[in-house]
Amino acid sequence: MAAMAFVRRLTAKHNFWAIATLVLLLAYNLISNPHFFSISVRDGHLYGSIVDILNRASPLMIIAMGLTLVIATHGIDISVGAVVAISGAVAAAMIGGELVLSGGTGMEDVTQYPLPLVIAGALGVSLLCGMWNGALVSMIGMQPIIATLILLGTGRGVAQLITHGQIVTIYYSPYYELGNGFVLGVPFSLFIVATVAIALLLLTRRTALGLFIEAIGINPLASRLTGVRARSITFAVYAVCGLCAGIAGLIVSSNVKSADGNNAGLLFELDAILAVVLGGTSLTGGKFYLLGSILGALLIQTLTTTIYAAGVAPEVTLVVKGVVVLAVSILQSERIQILIGAGAAGRGGPAR
Amino acid sequence: MPDPAPDPVINARPVLEMRGISKSFPGVRALSAVDLRLLPGEVHALMGQNGAGKSTLVKVLTGVHPPDAGQLLLDGVEIRPQSPLDAQRLGITTVYQEVNLCPNLSVAENICLGREGTSSLAIRWRAMRRRAEALLAELNIYIDVAAPLSSYPLAVQQMVAIARSLTAQTERGVQVRTRLLILDEPTSSLAQDEVKMLFAVMRRLKAQGIAILFISHFLDQAFEISDRFTVLRNGQRVGEYPVAALSAMDLIVKMVGKEIAEVGHTRAARSAAPAARPAGPAFLRARELGKTGSVTGLDLEALPGKAVGIAGLLGSGRTETARLLFGIDHADHGSLEIEGTPVRFTSPLDAIQRGLGYCPEDRKSEGIIAELSIRENIIIALQCKRGMFRNLSRARQDEIARSYIKLLGIKAHDADAPIAKLSGGNQQKVLLARWLATDPRMLILDEPTRGIDVGAKVEIMGQVMGLCDNGMAVVFSSSEMPEILQYADRVVVLRDRTKVGELDAAVADEHQVFQLIAGG
Repeated sequence: MAAMAFVRRLTAKHNFWAIATLVLLLAYNLISNPHFFSISVRDGHLYGSIVDILNRASPLMIIAMGLTLVIATHGIDISVGAVVAISGAVAAAMIGGELVLSGGTGMEDVTQYPLPLVIAGALGVSLLCGMWNGALVSMIGMQPIIATLILLGTGRGVAQLITHGQIVTIYYSPYYELGNGFVLGVPFSLFIVATVAIALLLLTRRTALGLFIEAIGINPLASRLTGVRARSITFAVYAVCGLCAGIAGLIVSSNVKSADGNNAGLLFELDAILAVVLGGTSLTGGKFYLLGSILGALLIQTLTTTIYAAGVAPEVTLVVKGVVVLAVSILQSERIQILIGAGAAGRGGPAR
Repeated sequence: MPDPAPDPVINARPVLEMRGISKSFPGVRALSAVDLRLLPGEVHALMGQNGAGKSTLVKVLTGVHPPDAGQLLLDGVEIRPQSPLDAQRLGITTVYQEVNLCPNLSVAENICLGREGTSSLAIRWRAMRRRAEALLAELNIYIDVAAPLSSYPLAVQQMVAIARSLTAQTERGVQVRTRLLILDEPTSSLAQDEVKMLFAVMRRLKAQGIAILFISHFLDQAFEISDRFTVLRNGQRVGEYPVAALSAMDLIVKMVGKEIAEVGHTRAARSAAPAARPAGPAFLRARELGKTGSVTGLDLEALPGKAVGIAGLLGSGRTETARLLFGIDHADHGSLEIEGTPVRFTSPLDAIQRGLGYCPEDRKSEGIIAELSIRENIIIALQCKRGMFRNLSRARQDEIARSYIKLLGIKAHDADAPIAKLSGGNQQKVLLARWLATDPRMLILDEPTRGIDVGAKVEIMGQVMGLCDNGMAVVFSSSEMPEILQYADRVVVLRDRTKVGELDAAVADEHQVFQLIAGG
């Protein structure tokens, strides 16, 4: 009985099934590829599948964290993918996209504006995008899915306007460091993830913001009546979400050394929503889990990598991914939790 | 546990009988071996304090919870309802304490939802509306059934819920006759005349042979409408009594146990207290305050250590008055002063910063934040007052929660459990604690005792009055006139969203108040 109760408590944890699936995937990888966990040092950089997964997952982890706050207020932001494209486009446009060859050995680093200004510009525009969403939702009272649908549609248009409809290649190697660089042997993007995570955790858990966000998500009316500044906070979470998408956009464009208004961050919103939900935050708002969302993003990236490594035909990749996500979602659903609870309670419980 | 007393109504065969029903939840034994017998054509009142097991018994009866032990017999045949819908198909329907309908659907949809049944392919809108109108007409209510439910006051919504529970009778497809109608606190949001209307309907249903299980914390109503009582205490049946056999005092003694809750802290008791009445200038003063479309011409003075009662019928502007004073609605004329300084509240937070607190009438949708813990529900207003960045440490939060749980006698063994798990009375105490934690100068309470049983009611009002004695200003509204006259110092009377008079509660009687309300 005690063991059963333990199982029941364990499976009821908000992220138990996400962790279990992740462990299963990693175990599968270890069996199919004994070198999966091995990490080697090449040129002073850590190298290996795990490092690769972490690196590739970083844009999604950052977006998922921003989106977590929005979802906790019972909102949604489906424009994050478009903001990724806008951010990259702004950065590429500010750098200038001019290739200058130097001495036949390679290119020369040319930029119209210094790197800090480029980053500030891209993030500033992303923040504005988030504030636009926040204003529509909190001040005009638009339904979040509709409000952010507007930017989802027009955002890519804006990105293409900025790049004049071209895929702009970036010829400025310091910019590459954001998505490809290493610091102390660890991918630089992971430092960005850690910074965002620490900043958001401090902001939500060391102040009362987290409590207020949860209160708004559960009962906006009652929250307002107890003095929560529901409007300002709602506005702020969308702004933060836009900013996070902008940071992810820098990493993505740095990774591929170009800005593609059409395809950068395409369908990111879906993966991000999935990551948040897999991490244990409910779409109906309320309690939220930032680290859970990171876990969700890692699960999605591990799944993607595993599917490729397993040699699944590209045509069916999305289907396989969908099946795994479906399984985890079903296991996390309330009904299944109740069933598991009833099963774990065993035969000692009341007979129907 | 069979009743040893001889049965006074032995002739009639019960419509429904519950025998030896037991039900436990983790850590709580909610019901132990409870019997209940409901005769055809009777109104049977189920009496008991909060936590006595009334709601659980109803939930067993309607198939929400399966009983751990015991039998349910309908016309002598054992039944095992598996869900409320299942129970409805057996002829057992319920109207719950809180209105559990869909506010954004029309009245007609709410009444007919899930019962469209007449054609399997499409909803027949016009037939649906006609049926809804007919059912409401039975309750003497004539409203536009195409309008959304939320556009009507709570009282009307409650009537719609009752009308919905009757539709099982007239459904064509499936032959269902309502044999047993359960009314769980149906009158808690109704004004006096509406209660009379409801009772008239209940008598009509009773004459049709329907058994009605009536649950109410209003003792006088239970005495007025019921034929028999079943009294529960701590999950056990105390007994079954014909109404004539009990006095109100007998009933309370049976509900509460041997000691009767101390009534204390009424106005009379307070006036006698030496420390009472710190006479001083008004804390809050409203002059000709009003908002177009809401209340107008509101003159009100709230003094430290005094309680103002707001009396009036439902819809007379009691809630609107509270909302205006607390900055939820924004006044567009008149003036508001706090300690002599003119103020203009643009949000509840402004009012909170100036030392006000507000317990809303609709606890479920405007008061509690259901999935947050009791602790978080208690500290949230204080946290808002301090501001986001002056975070209360976890230790401090625990300390605050613990001290108020103890002070107000909140029945919760874990401050980190969600507030939604508490009973109505205990939720109200948590809301009171929420404001007390902010150390308010003035509390506005809109129907603080709605849907709360006798014991908790006396306790809550007692605590509020205790605070009042210590110099807090109190403004409260109630639809129960005795409650207002018992606790308030001054009575402000509203009619048609405007103030029509003010009385000294010490010398006023119910008759005078009703005369003002009636416009005499």
